Amino acid sequence: MFLSVFFFLTGKLREMLPLHINQKLRKKEMGEENKVTLYGMWASPFVRRVKIALKIKGIPYEYVEEDLRNKSQFLLQYNPVHKKVPVLVHNGNPIAESLIILEYINETWKNGPKILPEDPFERAKVRFWADFLQQQFLDSLRSATKSSGEAHEKAMKDVFEKLTVFEEGTEGFFPNGTPHFEGENLGFLDIVLCSLFGSHKVGEEALAMKIIDPERHPLIHSWVTAMNELPVVKETLPPHDKMVSFIQSLRGNSLD
Amino acid sequence: MAEEVKLFGKWASPFSRRIEVALKLKGVEYEFIEEDVFNKSPALLNYNPVHKKVPVLVHNGKPIAESLVIMEYIDETWKHNPILPVDPFEKAMARFWAKFIDDKFWAIWPAAKKAMISGGEKEREEGVEEAQQHLKVLETQLKEKKFFGGERLGFVEITASLIVCIVVAQGALGVEILTQDKFPALHELTQKFADDDVFKQCVPPREKHSAYFKALWGALAASK
Repeated sequence: MFLSVFFFLTGKLREMLPLHINQKLRKKEMGEENKVTLYGMWASPFVRRVKIALKIKGIPYEYVEEDLRNKSQFLLQYNPVHKKVPVLVHNGNPIAESLIILEYINETWKNGPKILPEDPFERAKVRFWADFLQQQFLDSLRSATKSSGEAHEKAMKDVFEKLTVFEEGTEGFFPNGTPHFEGENLGFLDIVLCSLFGSHKVGEEALAMKIIDPERHPLIHSWVTAMNELPVVKETLPPHDKMVSFIQSLRGNSLD
Repeated sequence: MAEEVKLFGKWASPFSRRIEVALKLKGVEYEFIEEDVFNKSPALLNYNPVHKKVPVLVHNGKPIAESLVIMEYIDETWKHNPILPVDPFEKAMARFWAKFIDDKFWAIWPAAKKAMISGGEKEREEGVEEAQQHLKVLETQLKEKKFFGGERLGFVEITASLIVCIVVAQGALGVEILTQDKFPALHELTQKFADDDVFKQCVPPREKHSAYFKALWGALAASK
């Protein structure tokens, strides 16, 4: 009887709390408080970025694998605009677009390594180059993978030119010349680069084209190689053979 | 150290206009350097060697390019009168919608241009339809998310201000694309810009702006 009185009283007390605290308590009971869910696809480099960031920050999360040919109701509800992965759901709130998710993670979980620099100018630089890779570079790469023959040759030339622009533009980030990582402190731009080129050997095998050549782009090559040694990067690498088949089938489909 | 803020831009560019609005909202004094797109200054090419475009903000000698990156820099450097929300989730939403608007604009603008300069009526109609299709997506999303709330202009609204170009261009070339009856929410947004004290200082006089589009595309339209 004492217990039932106790619960009755606490229930009444709770009703007296301000609405936002009441809602927070209710969410906690429902298990949503601080719950992190990542909707992804095993081969996606964009999803990989988020996995790396969550691992660096030591944030526990539930992973949901999506079949992109048969998207779940959850994905369509959480990302109705683009219907794509990755989507991060935190406290019931969905965030889409990998770069936006990385910024959200950086701003929400303040403990652990910082993903973005503190200084606004340094931040602007990494955002600029991440945007360059995400827009200009990826557009070139897409043209290259969708074309064949002479058009493909021309597109690949453009891809290499873009990489050269990136290589020359980011030299200043490494005053000692060689990229070097303390512990697992990957930053925003490192994560983007790693997701795009970390599996470059897979791409080379699958497509018989060398994208990251140590002679043509020594900085990018050494940057990616240094990152590939880190456990957090190794742990998020999709299985090699599975990736090769997957990329080959994508290329086959896009050339039809 | 005395603050030195320079903005390399163009009076007709909606992208450099975003930066002017952001700086003015923050009350930051700056020097505006008008660039001639056909004769870019050595300074611009030095400060933005990658894209060679405006806007470029140079703060105490440090250059920042890409309008959305510049706006974030401004918000993080001059912390009063925030442009972006403080809450991380709301900030993420603002970034998402700003990017969405930017990406959509690059689909709308070529279609609008086609509508305004094409020789054949069929082609012009196709341009109008295509532009309106993309605008419809923008209209629906903006209406649902209610970006017009609040007194001041925020990150998303400043980003969206480039729709003013569509309104001015269509008026100058006599084409109807972004109409009030089809796009009430977008139309309301353009009114908000027209009424905003800060935005008014950054937009050129209507006649000058219209004349710019007439000169840019009028000749192309007439020659077909």
